[in-house]
Amino acid sequence: MVGIRFHGRGGQGAVVASKILAHAYFKQGLYVQAFPSFGMERKGAAVSAFVRLDSAPIAERGDIKNPAVVIVLDFTLLRKVDVTRCAKPDALILLNCRENENHNPVKDSFRVAGVDAVKIALQHGLGSKSAPIINTVILGAYARISGDLELANLLEAIATGVPVNQKQNMAAAEVAYHAVFSISGELNADKNRH
Amino acid sequence: MKAVMMGTEAATMAVKLARVQVVSAYPITPQTVIVESLADIIGRGELKAKYLPVESEHTAMSSCMGASMAGARTFTATSSQGLAYMHEMLHFTAGERVPVVMVNCNRAMAPPWNLYCDHTDSLSQRDTGWIQYYCVDAQDVLDSILIAYAVAEQALLPVMINLDAFYLTHTSEPLDVPDQETVDLFLPPYRALNKLDVDDPKTFSIVCGADLFSSIKYKRQGDTLAVARLWDQVAERYNRHFNRLHPTVEAYRTEDADLCIIGIGTATGTMRLAVDRLREEGLKIGSLRLAMIRPFPREVLQRAIAKVKHVIVIDRDVSFGAEGIVAQEVKAGFFDRRGELRITGFVAGVGGNDMTVDTIIPMVRQAISGDGTAVEAGMSLWAEVLP
Repeated sequence: MVGIRFHGRGGQGAVVASKILAHAYFKQGLYVQAFPSFGMERKGAAVSAFVRLDSAPIAERGDIKNPAVVIVLDFTLLRKVDVTRCAKPDALILLNCRENENHNPVKDSFRVAGVDAVKIALQHGLGSKSAPIINTVILGAYARISGDLELANLLEAIATGVPVNQKQNMAAAEVAYHAVFSISGELNADKNRH
Repeated sequence: MKAVMMGTEAATMAVKLARVQVVSAYPITPQTVIVESLADIIGRGELKAKYLPVESEHTAMSSCMGASMAGARTFTATSSQGLAYMHEMLHFTAGERVPVVMVNCNRAMAPPWNLYCDHTDSLSQRDTGWIQYYCVDAQDVLDSILIAYAVAEQALLPVMINLDAFYLTHTSEPLDVPDQETVDLFLPPYRALNKLDVDDPKTFSIVCGADLFSSIKYKRQGDTLAVARLWDQVAERYNRHFNRLHPTVEAYRTEDADLCIIGIGTATGTMRLAVDRLREEGLKIGSLRLAMIRPFPREVLQRAIAKVKHVIVIDRDVSFGAEGIVAQEVKAGFFDRRGELRITGFVAGVGGNDMTVDTIIPMVRQAISGDGTAVEAGMSLWAEVLP
């Protein structure tokens, strides 16, 4: 079982991103589960969402205790939330950040990558400068470094998973796929995690 | 067709496939997705139904009852406080013998205000006369709603399909969506025997004295008890169409078991993982899911674990002043075997506490050894209580 945890702010689309990612892996023949940490959260509050992947049906539910992947949609969350809490020692951490930003939130054993998802989202007309929509963008970056997610499957899942601007979301994800950069460790993952 | 859906989306899909004719509902978290998506598909014409956006749950149930009396296949959905607000009409609908099907999303009763999973909302309605079924996953949601209509319309009793808040309502997972043609074969249109019809007037909701009252209730009791067997027969027929079985009771690795964990809802899936883990240690343990709570499937339950010596019931609910409600039911079901069967009841996994393998196993150990962190309250042991 592989666990993926998203951190975002209410309204940023972390929940939608988790569903799109689950759907993309489902297309690859895996058993999947997507689940929001849903509560009284409102727009702007710190929220999380989860994806489980397995080659067998998944009976566990609720929080993922030891995620192998952590995807952070909002860089400012690093000051507020321990995004690497209980993450596996060799977890992949993907941050939405600028390339020259001082990102040093995490231990050496993690594989850390970044993508300037805000820039890419705005280039594709997704959201506004004050509220860019970066959830599909960051998934594009994840596909590049996941080692097991085919970009084509992700793009298909985006096409059916977003309510509007499908083409822009798909194009932005593809740009992000090529724009992801390493912060620490290798960009390419080991395959066959499942 | 394979798809990935949340439990709430699976419910909407089932309502569409059942060709429901009247939907009347009032939104409440975590049920809201169901009423919103039903309003969408009815608005788009994908489901030819009358949608009543009523002002309260009491009216939602009242209008479902009226529509059902007029011969329509009806649906509503609610959760916790909303279900409590329906209470009077739950009695009425069951007594009126109308086959309304409702989804209830199991959420904690306030106060304190909490949106998460707790079964006290529906279990405290168990004496209203509704058939109660508790789902384990999204596939079970879709299939059991279709089975529910077939059962309800044959038994002339309303059915409540229960979904764990968030663990099922908002969890996306793969499921198989049956095709409309086969569903139509399984579930033909509802034909009411007696209905409100101005061209053929009849009297409904009679005032009745001692001459008939007891006999009417006695008849209902017999018909309700018979649903335990009827559900399994209809589920078998569903299985022949779709190759998926949804029985009233599901036992797991109980054949040679001395110990058995019992529960309802999504936690029963996790209980199986706990059983597998404990079996590796050599413990002869199994688990059992009570899918149906009303009528209580006593005979099937007794047969399923006839050789078990110790039962551990984990309740996500409580009857204050007594104990976990499922534990009470199980104890009553095994009254014949008192003395030879030990039953330990826990209250756990409420208010947003996940029920995981790592929370279930310590309860099993405490039930066996007496040592553990769950604290006593009457006959129940409570997990997750601050010291």
